[in-house]
Amino acid sequence: MLNIGVLQEGFVLDHIEAGKSMEIYNYLNLNKFDCCVAIIKNARSNKMGKKDIIKIECSIDAIDLEVLGFIDHNITVNIIKDDKIVEKKRLSLPKEIKNVAKCHNPRCITSTEQELDHIFVLTDPRKEIYRCKYCEEKYRRKKL
Amino acid sequence: MRHLMSPLDFSVEELDQLLDLASDIEKHPEKYAHACDGKKLATLFYEPSTRTRLSFEAAMMNLGGNIFGFSSAESSSAAKGESVSDTIRMISCYADICAMRHPKEGAPMVASAVSSIPVINAGDGGHQHPTQTLTDLLTIRSLKGRLDNLTIGLCGDLKFGRTVHSLVRALARYKNITFIFISPEELKIPSYIKEDVLEAQGIPYQESERIEDVMPDLDILYMTRVQQERFFNEADYIRLKDFYILNNKKMKLAKEDMIVMHPLPRVNEISVEVDKDPRAAYFRQVQYGVYVRMALILTLLEVNLC
Ligand SMILES: [Zn+2]
Repeated sequence: MLNIGVLQEGFVLDHIEAGKSMEIYNYLNLNKFDCCVAIIKNARSNKMGKKDIIKIECSIDAIDLEVLGFIDHNITVNIIKDDKIVEKKRLSLPKEIKNVAKCHNPRCITSTEQELDHIFVLTDPRKEIYRCKYCEEKYRRKKL
Repeated sequence: MRHLMSPLDFSVEELDQLLDLASDIEKHPEKYAHACDGKKLATLFYEPSTRTRLSFEAAMMNLGGNIFGFSSAESSSAAKGESVSDTIRMISCYADICAMRHPKEGAPMVASAVSSIPVINAGDGGHQHPTQTLTDLLTIRSLKGRLDNLTIGLCGDLKFGRTVHSLVRALARYKNITFIFISPEELKIPSYIKEDVLEAQGIPYQESERIEDVMPDLDILYMTRVQQERFFNEADYIRLKDFYILNNKKMKLAKEDMIVMHPLPRVNEISVEVDKDPRAAYFRQVQYGVYVRMALILTLLEVNLC
């Protein structure tokens, strides 16, 4: 498999659904970071057939990865420090996400008051349902 | 400090206390006539709803308090582009409590986050209208003597009616409630209410297309308006609308102690001939709306008369 160097410190996001890596890149606002990012698309995977991988070289407290749990909690997060994997993080569904997704209900107060944060709250962990904090509209995840 | 955003904000016990207070107000109005002397209620109505606004204003006046506010967005600072947050910060300096009606869903919650006075949601778009639900609960408890062991028929537009959805969620917290949903196919109760609220808690319900079929079983018939614009074509509307008009002939099938409720305004879904029937409770419901709002104002202002 294509190999892009070894990280000294940073994250390896593994088991990303094939083709979804750019979306994750955007969600994490990686374009705003100065760090070195490698995106590997369609890597072979025993478990998934094909998968994407993102390697990010940065200080491990530079990025909040909690939002990944909202996007796809099957992603494996490997935290690297001093050339070693120090933690394999399991992702869980965050209770609340702020300014990650927008409420699309045209009747929602966030549609007219632009300065409000867009906040979604996990209302049903079993069915993985998030609702807008203000209007309670269900958040519909984009089908890939 | 507490606000009221949704009818489920109060626990069943807190609700009991609130309804007890409302019933005491009904029996001894004079005791409460000066309970809010010197206090001010602001009615912030970003869209007109005369009925709800007057009910809040009457409630505060019955308590000896004063009222001020606006009754449409054009006459408010929103017309100049002021945010809900800024408006409530200003109103907090003038009033002790406020009732907010807003066409945008979640606006009262935005207000409550920065307000230094209690905010009552007086209706936000198609989202919540908690004081209507409290009114319905007080009416049922006062006229039936209980909120459990009831069979309630909800009739009309069950798909879009937030009043119906809120009432179902509120009554689902009590024991031995059976729901009967009476509506045309096009306006059936949404599946998320059936699945997430009723089936999830094992609460029995049935669905029916005709009032007559279920009338003898009902302790309460809750009527709502069937609007023509909800139908795909006029033929369906004409075919179905008479099914959902309550008249004396249909009332003959009902129990003697059944009550008929309606959030009002009615158009023609209840014939005026039914008004004389002692089981017609929809005008008494309006009176209960004032009592429950009085109890709510006292509760949120933490006024104790002992
Ligand atoms: Zn919303």
